[in-house]
Amino acid sequence: MITVEHLSKRYGDVLAVDDLSFTIEDGHIYGFLGPNGAGKSTTLNIITGCLAATSGEIKIDGHDIYEEEREAKRLIGYLPEIPPLYIDQTPREYLKFVAEAKGVKKADIEAEIDRVIEETHITEMQNRLIKHLSKGYRQRVGISQALIGNPSVIILDEPTVGLDPMQIIEIRDLIAELGKKHTVILSSHILSEIQAICEKVLIIYKGKLVAFDNIENLGKTRLQGNQIEILSGGDPLETIELLERNTTITCFEQKEQVDGYNSFKLTTSSSDSFEICKELFVAFAGKGIPLVKLNPIKTTLEDIFIELTSAENEEEAYGGPKAIEPAEEKVIPEQEAR
Amino acid sequence: MLAVLKHELSLYYHSLSGYVFGAFLLAFTGIGALIYNINASVANFEYVLSFIQMVFIIIVPILTMRIIADEKRQRTDQLLYSLPIRTSEIVVGKFLALLVVFIIPMLVICLYPLIFSMYGEVYLPTSYGSIFAFVFLGLALISIGMYISSLTESQGMAAGICVVIMLLNYFCVQIANAIPNETIQNIIAKISLFQRFSLFYNGIFDLTAIVYYISIIAFFLFLCVQSLEKRRYNG
Repeated sequence: MITVEHLSKRYGDVLAVDDLSFTIEDGHIYGFLGPNGAGKSTTLNIITGCLAATSGEIKIDGHDIYEEEREAKRLIGYLPEIPPLYIDQTPREYLKFVAEAKGVKKADIEAEIDRVIEETHITEMQNRLIKHLSKGYRQRVGISQALIGNPSVIILDEPTVGLDPMQIIEIRDLIAELGKKHTVILSSHILSEIQAICEKVLIIYKGKLVAFDNIENLGKTRLQGNQIEILSGGDPLETIELLERNTTITCFEQKEQVDGYNSFKLTTSSSDSFEICKELFVAFAGKGIPLVKLNPIKTTLEDIFIELTSAENEEEAYGGPKAIEPAEEKVIPEQEAR
Repeated sequence: MLAVLKHELSLYYHSLSGYVFGAFLLAFTGIGALIYNINASVANFEYVLSFIQMVFIIIVPILTMRIIADEKRQRTDQLLYSLPIRTSEIVVGKFLALLVVFIIPMLVICLYPLIFSMYGEVYLPTSYGSIFAFVFLGLALISIGMYISSLTESQGMAAGICVVIMLLNYFCVQIANAIPNETIQNIIAKISLFQRFSLFYNGIFDLTAIVYYISIIAFFLFLCVQSLEKRRYNG
């Protein structure tokens, strides 16, 4: 559907996008993830033809975005980071302009506007001036603009930024709904958002593509094995002994005690963490050691993201997600299984 | 292109600027007609045009300041770039919208010589020849204003620069006369858009001037397209 080959964008001396290549297939919701300034918006602007690349090639359904501009752009609906709205118009007038510019047939324009207005739930607001609409509604008008002409790909650049939690949920539901009919590319630096809606994730960092896969696959390949948290009573040495006995546990780390219980975080090479939990439960019960918590941790996108972006550049100190990292530094006995 | 034209027109008449432009032009024409045609009892409408041409210094910036600068400020230019229309279509569409906004009061102005001819003898060819040239003068100035608007994000800045350029254009012959070099004086007199209009209200229909105005329009629209394309390259 969308093929990006060796895409680079240079602003003076700064290389904002560095040799990016990927292919977006039909019918999925893709998450486009990266810290601020990673080149997300630049890449999306280039894909949608709003910005020219320094080098590289972009094809939408086989149409080059520069050479066959018209054909390529008809296939894309784009909502930039700041919704491009004419605030002195009503949503209906605005959508009419977009429909005409996108070449929707005159007879179909009204029906097309009604369709997108309904789809984005802005029926009550359609005749108010955009400048009087709340941010959430403006965002919806922006999305409705992208939907005009029924393009096969919808690209949304940080559509939930600046919205209140309720609006975020609404927009998220709307995007999930869109994903049923269109290919959606959603850029965000909010990890939970991507994890909640997207099937596949592209992670870019410093203009380079560092990962492109399903969220689950990413977890498997990028983070070695699954992790389990336990809280055990009694002597910590007994727990350590039991853990060392289990061959599938590749390493474990002891953490600060919680309410007098020993806290451990285990990493297992087994793909079935529930099986390991079962084994541990039986082993601890057999020894009479109380086990008050046995929690298989689901790999979050956050873990993958931190892993990828911090591995790329250890010294780089950027704010945000990295703050949740320190636990890993407190590894006390990092032991290999016998 | 048609979509851009219709959209721009709706914006001009949604905000006051379309009306302000028309009202200003008509008010000045009214004052001119009162002074020259009624009070001084001269039947030549072209003198009115020679009087009101200076109003372009104010109304062209009013008309053109927001046309592209505001798109940049509100980031709606991103929408235009992402739509399946060429940059040249955007520019021409916008220019045509300005043309319409300008032509509407000009049509009203076209009635003046006819009305006067009902009360006396008016030589219509020079009147309408001058109106014709006046329209082209206006459009050439508008195309310059539009290009200036494409250079900045701020409407105020666009208007300011535009006023300065219009003033320079209006007074450049006088300024050039202060330069003791005939070649420079001649060149500047040839460049000046207003200077070329003087032939028309003196009763000469100068086709080269019309060609010159059209060339100026084409040149600045081309620059405008380039300016928008440059933004696409530089972000």
